[in-house]
Amino acid sequence: MGAKYFGAAVRRREDPRYLRGEGRFVDDMKLPGMLHAAFVRSPHAHARITAIRTEAAKRLPGVAHVFTFADLERWMKPLPLFGAIPPGLSARVPVMMRQIGQLALCRDEARHVGEIVAMVLASSRALAEDGCELVEVDYEPLPVLADVIAAARPDAPVLYPEWGDNIALSFKAGFGDVEAALRGADARVRERFVIPRYVGMPIETRGVVAQWDARDGALTTWNGTQVVHFVQQGLVAALGLPPHKIRVIAPDVGGGFGTKANGYAEDLLIPAAAIASRRPVKWIEDRREHMMGSAHARAQVHDIEIAARRDGTMLAVRDRIWVDLGAYNSWGIVLPYNTVAHLLGPHRVPNLDVECLGVVTTKTPNAPYRGAGRPETVFAMDRIVDCLARELSMDPAELRRKNYLTEADMPYELHIPYRDGNPLVYDSGDFRAGLEAALTAVDYPALRAEQARLRAQGIHRGIGLSGYVEGTAIGPYEGATVRLDPSGHAVVATGACCQGQGHETSFAQIAADALGIPLDWVTVVGGDTAAIPFGVGTFASRSAVNAGSSIHEASGRVKEKIVAAAAALLEAAPSDIEVADGTVAVRGAPGSATPLAAVIRAAIPTFARPGVSALDFEATVYHHQPTVTYTSAVHVAVVDVDTGTGAVALRRYLVAHDCGKVINPVIVEGQIHGGVAQGVGGGLLEEMVYDEQAQLLTGTFMDYLVPTAMELPDIETVHLEYPSPRNPLGVKGIGEGGAISPPAAIANAVEDALAPFGVRVTRTPLGPSVVLGLLGRA
Amino acid sequence: MKPAPFDYVAPASLDEAVGAMATGGGDAKVLAGGQSLIPMLALRLARPTLLVDINRLPGLDGIREASGLLEIGALVRQRALERWAATRSPLFAEVLRHVAHPPIRNRGTVVGNVVHADPASELPAVLLCLEGVVVARGPRGERMIPADRFYRAPLTTALGPDELATAVRFTLPPPEAGWGFAEVSRRHGDFALVGAVAVVTRGDDGAVSRARLAFFGAGGTPTRALAAEQALAGRTATPALLGEAARAAAAALSPDADIHATAAYRRQVAGTLAERTLAAALARCGGAR
Amino acid sequence: MTRTIRVTVNGQEHERAVEVRATLADFLREDLDLTGTHVGCEHGVCGACTVLLDGEPVRACLMLAVQADGLRITTIEGVAPADGLHPIQEAFWAKHGLQCGYCTPGIIMSASAFLRERPSPSREEIREMLAGHLCRCTGYHFIVEAIEAAAQALAPPTPRPTSPRE
Repeated sequence: MGAKYFGAAVRRREDPRYLRGEGRFVDDMKLPGMLHAAFVRSPHAHARITAIRTEAAKRLPGVAHVFTFADLERWMKPLPLFGAIPPGLSARVPVMMRQIGQLALCRDEARHVGEIVAMVLASSRALAEDGCELVEVDYEPLPVLADVIAAARPDAPVLYPEWGDNIALSFKAGFGDVEAALRGADARVRERFVIPRYVGMPIETRGVVAQWDARDGALTTWNGTQVVHFVQQGLVAALGLPPHKIRVIAPDVGGGFGTKANGYAEDLLIPAAAIASRRPVKWIEDRREHMMGSAHARAQVHDIEIAARRDGTMLAVRDRIWVDLGAYNSWGIVLPYNTVAHLLGPHRVPNLDVECLGVVTTKTPNAPYRGAGRPETVFAMDRIVDCLARELSMDPAELRRKNYLTEADMPYELHIPYRDGNPLVYDSGDFRAGLEAALTAVDYPALRAEQARLRAQGIHRGIGLSGYVEGTAIGPYEGATVRLDPSGHAVVATGACCQGQGHETSFAQIAADALGIPLDWVTVVGGDTAAIPFGVGTFASRSAVNAGSSIHEASGRVKEKIVAAAAALLEAAPSDIEVADGTVAVRGAPGSATPLAAVIRAAIPTFARPGVSALDFEATVYHHQPTVTYTSAVHVAVVDVDTGTGAVALRRYLVAHDCGKVINPVIVEGQIHGGVAQGVGGGLLEEMVYDEQAQLLTGTFMDYLVPTAMELPDIETVHLEYPSPRNPLGVKGIGEGGAISPPAAIANAVEDALAPFGVRVTRTPLGPSVVLGLLGRA
Repeated sequence: MKPAPFDYVAPASLDEAVGAMATGGGDAKVLAGGQSLIPMLALRLARPTLLVDINRLPGLDGIREASGLLEIGALVRQRALERWAATRSPLFAEVLRHVAHPPIRNRGTVVGNVVHADPASELPAVLLCLEGVVVARGPRGERMIPADRFYRAPLTTALGPDELATAVRFTLPPPEAGWGFAEVSRRHGDFALVGAVAVVTRGDDGAVSRARLAFFGAGGTPTRALAAEQALAGRTATPALLGEAARAAAAALSPDADIHATAAYRRQVAGTLAERTLAAALARCGGAR
Repeated sequence: MTRTIRVTVNGQEHERAVEVRATLADFLREDLDLTGTHVGCEHGVCGACTVLLDGEPVRACLMLAVQADGLRITTIEGVAPADGLHPIQEAFWAKHGLQCGYCTPGIIMSASAFLRERPSPSREEIREMLAGHLCRCTGYHFIVEAIEAAAQALAPPTPRPTSPRE
C-alpha cells in the first residue's frame, strides 16, 4: 500500500461549501407544506401535572395542532437508554444500577426545568411560540433535588418512589490494600474537589426535520445528531416500523461534542408529529431551550486522598465520587466508570480504592461531553497530586517525574477492568517522555526563574501541569462499505457521523491510499442509515480507529478485486499488478498502463463474452474493535493572577501528546485546539448554575460564558508518536484529549500563582469573584 | 426565540414619533439601535404593543462639540462616536472599546445605551462622571434631565413613557484634566462585573482642584462617589489619600450579587478600581496621555 | 402585521412583504433562501449571523427585516466570485480556519470589513475583533492565522522601484 495521503496535511475537501455558505445544516432544509414545532416546557424542577388545556392554543390562527402525551400515547415508549453494563465488567465489579427511560412528553410528572409538556405545530415558529403561551398547564410543585450530596442522603426526598432513595448507581472498585498503604505512608493528603456542571454548547443548536411518505410507508428524518443508527433504533422501537422504513440523516452538523449524541425526546416527537399531522415538520432548538433541554455534563464531587513516601513515591489513592446525573440515568455505567477507570492516569499507584455513586437530581440529565468523566477525574487526581507536592515540598513536575509510567512499563495492567469489560491494559506510550517533552518545550526551569523574578515585582505568575491517559476509540465496531462506480471513483459509506472533524478528508485519505486512486476520486458518505445498515456513531474519539480500520480493510479488499480484474485483463500474475493514481500496470512494463475505468469496463459482460472477472468492486467490513487504545498527554498552563481584581489571564498553553499514527496532522492539531478551548472554558468561565429550587439561572450566552479569542492564547503543541498495536493503522483517538486537562492545569497554575497566600483551589470555574474569595478579600 | 406580536411604525418626524409614543399608552417602545431591545423581545422579556422606529428621523445623527459640551444625537451609533473619539477623546475611545463588539457598536446608539440604563453599562457612568444631561422630548415639549436625576433603578430612568431622548450632552473635561477608566469583566466586551471612571483636574499648586468618580456595576444604578470626590478636593494626592478616598467610595456602595460575582467582590474591587483610575487620571493631568 | 420592504442583497434588489417581528436573519434565510447566514443564539452574542450593512458588520438577528428597507446588505453568498474563492476564504481553507463551518460565514463577514479598515493587523488586534464571534470547534488559533494570511494576501503588491527612464 502506498502511503501517499496518510500523514499528509491535505486541505479539507468539505471546506469550500462551508466557506461559501453553501453547507446544508438542518435549519437550511425546507420542505413544501412544512409545519414548525415549538414546545411547552416545564418551568418547575419537579411537579405533578394535573391538567393541560389546549383549546385556546388550538384556536389561534396559524396553529395546526397541539399535542400532549395522551394525543401521541401510542408512540410514547421510553426513550433509548445507554450504558448497559457489559458482562466482562459486571463479572469483576458488582454494580447496582437502575435506569428509567424518560418519556418524550411528560405524562403526569415533570422532573427538570425544561422537560417537554406539550408540542405546538404552526405555520411559523413565531406562531408556534405564540400558541405555546396559550397552553395552560396545572402544576403541583413537588420537592426538588438541587444538590447532589444532599440528594444522596437517605433522608432526601425521593425522585423515583419505587427506588426508595436517589442512588441510581453505585459500585466499588480497586486493587491492593489501600488501608495498609495509608497507614504506612509518610505523607497523606486529602481534599474534596467540586467539578461544576458545564456543557458542550455547540454554536449550532439541535434540530430535527421529519417527513412521512404515505405511499412508501416510510419516514425520513434529518437530525443534527452524532448517532444516526441509535436514533433509528429508538424510532424503530417507538414507531413499530422496520429499520429500512426509517431513514435518519445527519446533514452538515455544527459541532457535536457529545451533546448531540443522545436519545432525545425531540428525535421521536418530530417524526411522530409528521405522521400524526401528515405534514413535514421542522423543529429548530433555540438557544434558551438548548440551555435547559440539551444534555448537561461534568458535575462531580470527589473526596480524594493520596498517600506517598517522603521521597514522593505514590503508594495509594482512595476516592469517593458523587456523579450528579440529573433527572434520568440515561447513560448508565458510562460516566461513572469512565471516571474510575481514568483516575490513576499516567501515575504508577499500587493501591486503589474507589467508591462511586450516581445520584439523580431534578436537573437536566447528564450525558457524555468531550472527555466524558475523564476531565473530572483528572481534575481530582492532578489537584491532589499538586497538594501532595506542596505537602512534600517537591516541585509538582518532579513529583510527576517520579511516578509517571514509561515505555518500559508497557503493556501496563491496572487491576480493574475497562468500561467495555476487557482488561484495562495500557498498550503503548511513554508518559514520562511526554512530561519531559512538555517541560522542555515550555522551558520549565526558565518559567520558574521568571516566576520568581515577577513575584519580586508583585506579579503573580503561576505554572500548572496536568497529565492524562485516555482510553480512546471504544468499539465494538464502525463499518464501512467501499464501492467503485463505473469510472473507478469510490464511495465510502460509513456509520460514522461528522460534526466538523474532517471525515470527508481523513477517511478519503485512508481509502485513496488503500485503493491506489487519487484523493479526489473518493467521496465519503457518513451519517445516513440508508447508506449502511449497521452503525454506532461518532463520539468517544472512536471514528478514526473504528471507521478508519473498516475503511482501510474494505478498501484493501476492493483493491484485491481490482488487481484480480486487472490481472485477467492484462494477462499477468496478480502479484505483478500495481495500482497507483487510478491507473493499473504490470510491474516493469510501463506500456501496460491502463486506466482503472477500463479495467472495470472489461468486467462488464457483453453479448460476446462474460466479464474478465466478477463485476464486483465493492466490499463491506465491520472491523471488530474489542477494546480501547490509549493516548496520553501532558498540558502546561501559565497564568497571571491580578490579586486586586481576582482576574486570571491565561498567558501560555502547551500540549505534548501522543495519539499514535496521524492521518492528517492539521486536523489533529485543530482537534487539540478545540478541546483545549473547551477545557479552558471549564477552568475559567463556564458553569450551568442552578439555585436551591433547581431553577436554571444560566439561560443565555450572557450567563453561560464561552471563551472567546481574547481569553485564549496561541496553543502550542508537541507531537509524540507511539503507534497503537490494536488496529491495522496504528492510530488512536484525538477528538477529546484537548478538553481533559485544562481545568486541572489552570487550577494548579492559579494555586501556584497564589502560593505565597496559602490558597487551596478546590473548584472551577476560577472567575474573578471566586479567586478574590480564595484570597479572603470577597 | 421569536418576539411576541407587536405593531410597528416608522415616523418621519419627531412630532410623529412623540405622538406614536403617546398613542402607545405606556406600551410603546422606541427602536433605535435595537441592540438591547431586540434580545429582550426575542426572550419575550419585553412585550410592547408598539415599536416606534426612530431610525428615519432627520437631524439626530450629529456629534457636536461646542463650548466644552459634547452633544450626541439619538441616532449616533456607538461606532461613529468611537471613530470621532479616536483623534479627539482618548477617554471615549477607551470606554467604547469596552462596549460589546464592533457589530453591536455599528448599530447600537450612544443615546440608546445611556437610556437603557443597564447598571453594568459603561456610558451611563460616564454621563454621571461628566455631569451630563439627557435631552428629552415629549408631548409637553423638551426638557433637560441632569445625569444625577436620570437613573432611578435598573433599566429605569426619569424618562416618561411618552418621552423619547433626542440627545445626550456630556460636559467635556478641560484639556489639562486627566482621566482614568477601568473595568473588570469576565470576557472582553462583556458587561462589567464592576467598573470605575474618574476625571481629575490639578491646580498649579499640584493639589486636586476637581475630582469626579463614578462606578458602574456596583449597584442598581451608576453611582457617583461624592464623598470621595470631596475628600480629594483641594488636597495633594498622595497614594495614601487615594487609597483612603477609594475605600470610602467603596464603603458607600450597595452592590448586588449574581452568578458572576458576590456583593462583597463588587465592593472590594470597586475600591481597587477607584484607586487605579484616580491614579491614572492624576498621571494624565496636565496633558500627559 | 406585515410591511413591504425593498432590500438590496449582494447587489440584487428584492421586494417582499415581511412580518414586522421577523428579523433580518429570518428574512435572509426564509424569504430569500440565503441560508449561509446562520442563527446561533438570537440575542446577538455568538456572531454567527453577522452580515454587512452598507459595508459594516451587524448582527442580522438584532435587526428587524423592516429596518433593512432601502438598505444594502452583503451576505456570505456575496463574497466569493462566480468561480473560486475570495482571498479571505482561500486563507481560511489553507490554514484550517474552520471545522464544522457554522460560525464561519459570520467571521468571514467581520474579517472582510476589519481587513479593509486594518490592512496590517497585529495578532492581538485580530483576537480583539474575533472576540465578537464564538467558535466552539477551533479554539481560534488557526482562525487567527487565517486572518493574518488573508491580510498578507490582500495587501497591495509591493511597487517595483521606478527606474530613471520611467
